[in-house]
Amino acid sequence: MTNESPIWALISTFGLMSLFAVGGAAAAVPEMHRIAVEVHHWMTDKQFADAYAIAQLSPGPNVLIVTLIGYAVAGILGALAATLAMCLPTALLAYCVSRLLNRPSQSRWPGLIQAALVPLSIGLMAASALILAQSTDRSLIALFLTAAVAVLASVSRVNPLWLLLAGGLLGFAGIV
Amino acid sequence: MSQDSLPAAQEPDLPAKSIQPGLLALFVAFARMSLAGFGGVLVFARRAIVDQHRWMTAEEFNETFALCHFLPGPNIVNLSMVFGARLRGVAGGIAAFTGLLLPPTLIMTVLAVLYAHFGELEVLRRSLAGISCAAVGLLIAVVFRMMTPLLKKPDAVGLILMLAVFAAIGVLRLPLQAVLLVAIPLSIAVTFVLRRKVAA
Repeated sequence: MTNESPIWALISTFGLMSLFAVGGAAAAVPEMHRIAVEVHHWMTDKQFADAYAIAQLSPGPNVLIVTLIGYAVAGILGALAATLAMCLPTALLAYCVSRLLNRPSQSRWPGLIQAALVPLSIGLMAASALILAQSTDRSLIALFLTAAVAVLASVSRVNPLWLLLAGGLLGFAGIV
Repeated sequence: MSQDSLPAAQEPDLPAKSIQPGLLALFVAFARMSLAGFGGVLVFARRAIVDQHRWMTAEEFNETFALCHFLPGPNIVNLSMVFGARLRGVAGGIAAFTGLLLPPTLIMTVLAVLYAHFGELEVLRRSLAGISCAAVGLLIAVVFRMMTPLLKKPDAVGLILMLAVFAAIGVLRLPLQAVLLVAIPLSIAVTFVLRRKVAA
């Protein structure tokens, strides 16, 4: 990696990653973590968990965690490069496929492929949860907070934003 | 992204208006739904496109969404490009894509700058730690919600594939590409064979 410009590293990393992100951004989190924390040492474990929290709390698609990773690597240009690399290639792919399949409902392949991908993306998202939990849930109270939010969000239709803010408040108060 | 997993239940189709939106209107509409969409944009996208602007019928929306859902990448971003392009060609796609991404990217960049300066402040560290815990809880809830159909069926093959991917990525920390290059063909082949069996 020594001779490679950080911008190019961001573009190639996220451009390639996006093409494998079946099930959206949450499914790509383990791979982002592996690359950013373990392979390139762009961020620490804690910084990655912070970036995930900030991306969840902010408006816009959750995929924008890559903007924060890009900024940590190469400033504003890095933020922009990472965002475009993660978003543009698959958007263009989607555009091309939608042109090819003008009537997607007539083919059974999209349905079959989607059904086949569902278990994989759930597995990926569960892996995201595990990896993030390992860096955030360091105390019993933190673990309890995560579990409480998981239960609340599963059984009620409360706006996720309130749960995030409640977590922030508990952290602010020094309880977690 | 999967907080916004599925479009809401079908309601009677409102007729789509035949007026074509301008490029600026597309940009503004997607910027607004993006900024409204804390923790998931899809609900707002549906409300704006189908209910408010009537650029598409609910059925057209679901069809286009299904297409974007099985393609890789951030679903809602793919969706913006496909929707924009269906309404106004390539330029419309770019207008919607930029509208969806530009404002939140700017906000996120400002937050990144703030974090770089103040991330070490004790108060902020503590607050972010609390938010992180809650965010992980939300993710777990999404996983449970998506798992329910597999458990109800029960889809043993799906559950095994799910657990295998979870172990390979979450526990063994193997690279995503390697895991998916094995898992995707395998899963498609199994689904294909099982469906043929059901049909036969």
